[in-house]
Amino acid sequence: MPTFVYMTSCDGCGHCVDICPSDIMHIDTTYRRAYNIEPNFCWECYSCVKACPQNAIDVRGYAEFAPMGHSVRVLREEEKGTISWRIKFRDGREKNFVSPIRTTPWGSIKGPSDYEKPSPEALNSQELAHEPEILNIEGGLPALKRNQLKKGFRKGL
Amino acid sequence: MFTSNHFAELSAFIPPVVMQAYVVIMILLVAGGTIYDVLHKRSAEYFFRAKEKSEKLATKQLGSGKKASLAIQTVVVEGLLSGEFCNPRRRIAHLLGMYGFVIYLVATIVMVFAYPTPAAPTPAIWPVLWYIGALMVCVGGYWFWFFIRVDVASEGYSPFRLVRADLFIVSLLASVTLGLIWSFVQATGSGAWANVFLGLYLIATTVLFGSIPWSKFSHMFFKPAAAFQKRVEKANGFRRNLPAPADSPEIYGSARRQPQNY
Repeated sequence: MPTFVYMTSCDGCGHCVDICPSDIMHIDTTYRRAYNIEPNFCWECYSCVKACPQNAIDVRGYAEFAPMGHSVRVLREEEKGTISWRIKFRDGREKNFVSPIRTTPWGSIKGPSDYEKPSPEALNSQELAHEPEILNIEGGLPALKRNQLKKGFRKGL
Repeated sequence: MFTSNHFAELSAFIPPVVMQAYVVIMILLVAGGTIYDVLHKRSAEYFFRAKEKSEKLATKQLGSGKKASLAIQTVVVEGLLSGEFCNPRRRIAHLLGMYGFVIYLVATIVMVFAYPTPAAPTPAIWPVLWYIGALMVCVGGYWFWFFIRVDVASEGYSPFRLVRADLFIVSLLASVTLGLIWSFVQATGSGAWANVFLGLYLIATTVLFGSIPWSKFSHMFFKPAAAFQKRVEKANGFRRNLPAPADSPEIYGSARRQPQNY
């Protein structure tokens, strides 16, 4: 279910524009408010819903199973570390959920810029950036050695 | 230059009554433009319909004392301190622009109406306030324009790309900047250039006050009402379908690891 913006609540801060992994949250050229330029391309990750400081973003269900009258709203309370969801169905039923924003201490996860820049040679490695240290695996990642491969396996066979 | 009333100096060429009539026309354009905006966009109709819905779905009734308290909070937090902005840089820029514009506007009206000619000496405070207000608008406005604006900061557009949403900020900055240039050129005695910049200043100012139906100028009248309504909806339990604030939980986490954030 893609997201949409209540234009009267949005203040055009751009948090959703920054966070959208699909790059479909943009700023309207008439009112300088955010809007979803292409709901069909929405990944439905709800990053924008959670990031919006004005609670101006809601979720629009597909008409087949979520007709008009429903609502999916989220309240992110950073000071409490909670994120609450209120799902309202068209028939009046309501479901409320409260979850932690995260289960690790704030600031304990390092950002990409906190790590040493990988060397150009690292591009030839099969390991991803900062592996294996980042995975907390002692002795490195297990890998098959050439002599462990099936004998006789050659290109073209 | 900073302590002389440049409108009084201008009275040698333009009669004070013409300047005063121009200011009155600008005030009428603001009033007329705002009323047209409300009727054309049906924003008042939408606002009162949303208010009715909120009252119907409210879970508790608010007394007049509570409403008065919410009104005071709105005036102080949203009105005077621009508290609705989550980005501190944007908030500071908005405060600079807002207070700068108010100071600039009041100083202009006082100088044009109370001290229109050199025969009525202008207290130095008014020209100084005019310059301070204009400079505050420029600092806040250009900071916003070049560095804070989402089009530039997040979307990567050139700061010189112009769209309709820029009408208010561009006409405001053009008006104030050209006003400063005109006062400077007039003080240096360059008569022809002073006339050129005076003409540009008047065009930009007319666009600023005359473009209200197409710009966001009138947000200064609507915003306090919307902010008050938002506070009322939070207090009366409607909350626009938002979840209730969570109780501060004692424990959260998965089965795999102990929570560490509380």
